[in-house]
Amino acid sequence: MNIDSITNGFVIDHIIAGRGMRIYELLNLDNLDCPVAIIRNATSHKRFKKDIIKIDGEIDLNLDIIGYVDPGATINVIRDGKLVEKKVLELPETLTNVIKCKNPRCITTTEQEINHIFKLTDRDRGVYRCLYCETQAK
Amino acid sequence: MRSLIDILDFTVEELDELIDLANDIIENPEKYSEKCKGKKLATLFFEPSTRTRLSFEAAMLELGGSVLGFSEANSSSAAKGESVADTAKTISCYADIIAMRHPKEGAPLVAAQNATIPVINAGDGGHNHPTQTLADLLTIKREKGGFDNLTVGFCGDLKFGRTVHSLINALSRYNGLKFVLISPEELKLPSYVKKDVLQQKNIPYEQTTDLESVMPQLDILYMTRVQRERFFNEEDYLRLKDSYILEPRKLRDAKPTLSIMHPLPRVNEISVAVDDDPRACYFKQVLNGKFIRMALILKLLEEAKK
Repeated sequence: MNIDSITNGFVIDHIIAGRGMRIYELLNLDNLDCPVAIIRNATSHKRFKKDIIKIDGEIDLNLDIIGYVDPGATINVIRDGKLVEKKVLELPETLTNVIKCKNPRCITTTEQEINHIFKLTDRDRGVYRCLYCETQAK
Repeated sequence: MRSLIDILDFTVEELDELIDLANDIIENPEKYSEKCKGKKLATLFFEPSTRTRLSFEAAMLELGGSVLGFSEANSSSAAKGESVADTAKTISCYADIIAMRHPKEGAPLVAAQNATIPVINAGDGGHNHPTQTLADLLTIKREKGGFDNLTVGFCGDLKFGRTVHSLINALSRYNGLKFVLISPEELKLPSYVKKDVLQQKNIPYEQTTDLESVMPQLDILYMTRVQRERFFNEEDYLRLKDSYILEPRKLRDAKPTLSIMHPLPRVNEISVAVDDDPRACYFKQVLNGKFIRMALILKLLEEAKK
C-alpha cells in the first residue's frame, strides 16, 4: 500500500497525537481485509503533532466512535482518488456498545445481552454517563 | 409504556399532580377503594426490603387490587440464572404493573425496556429510590405547605445515601432552596451531585461536619442511616456508623417549626426519645409513602390504558 494515495476510502486526519490507536481499536480496524495505515506523531500545523489513519476501502465508518475519542478529528472521504467530502465531527449524544461501564454494581456487569449505552450529560466537559447506573465514563 | 425509574422522569407539574392525587386519597379513601379491582401488582424484590414491599402491597390492596411476587432473589428464577429482561417479559404476562427492587444499579430500567406493563423502581442498589423521594415530597408538602424557600439539612451518609441524591435532585427544581450538607469527611455528597445539580442550578449550599452549629437555620432536617450493605469494608462501616446521633438536647436550638425526616429504617441515628417530639415526621413519612404509591399506581395504570 502506498499510504499517500487512496482510491476509495477515508483519511481520518488531525487526530490528537496518541489517540489514533484508540480509534483503531474501537473501530476494530484490525479486522479489515483492506489496507489500513496508522501514522503516529506526524507533523501538524494545527496541532503540532497528530495521528492519521488511512483506510483504503469502502467501509461503514462509525463516526460516533471517532467523535467520542476526538471530536476535533476530520474525516476526508475519498472516491476515485479524489477528496469528495470533508466531515466535521462533534461529541455524539449517545454511545452504544463503544465503551463498557466500570461500576461493579451496574446491571451491565451481569446482564449478558444488554447494550452498553452511555449518554452525553455535559457537552462542555465531554462527560458521558452510563444510561443504567449514571457512572461517569473514564 | 410509562414507567417510573428516576424521579426526574416526571416533570414538576406531574409531581404536583401526583401529590394532589395522594392528598385526595388521604381525604377521601373510600373514593379509591375499588379503583384497581381486578388489577395485579407484581412485587419483584431481588433484595429484601420489608418496608417498601409492604408499602407497595398495602397501597395496591387499599386500591382494591391484588398482589403477587417474591421477596428475595433466592425464591425467584434469578437463582437459576434468568436475566432481568426475561423476568420482566414473563411477569408482563401475569400482572398489570411491576414494582422492582434489585441490588444492581439500572436493573429496573432494563426491566422497563423489556416489560409490556409499567415498571416502578422500588430501589436499585445505591442508585435510585424514586418512590421514597415521592414519599419525602408528599411529607414536605403536607408539613410545609410547599417547597419554595426552605433550608433543608441532610445529615449522615450523603455519599451512598440514594434517598438524599434523589431528594436533592427533585427539590432542585423548586425556587429559593438552600441545602446544608452535614456528614463526616468520608461520607460527603459526591462531587458529581454538587457539580451537576447544585452548582449548575446555582443553588446555595454549605458543607459541615457539625450538626449542632447549623441546627438553628434548618426548616427540615433529613437524617440518614449509615448503611452497612454499601461498604465493602466492615472496618469503615464500624468507624462511621455512629457519626451523628440525634438526641433531644441537640434540638434545643432548632426552630419550633422544624420537620425531622428519615427514610427509615433507623439504627441508632435518631434516639427513640425524639419520637415524642412533635417535630418528628418520620413515621408520617411511612404513611405518606403508602398514599403516594397508591397515587403512582393509579397514574401509571391510567397511562397504560392510553
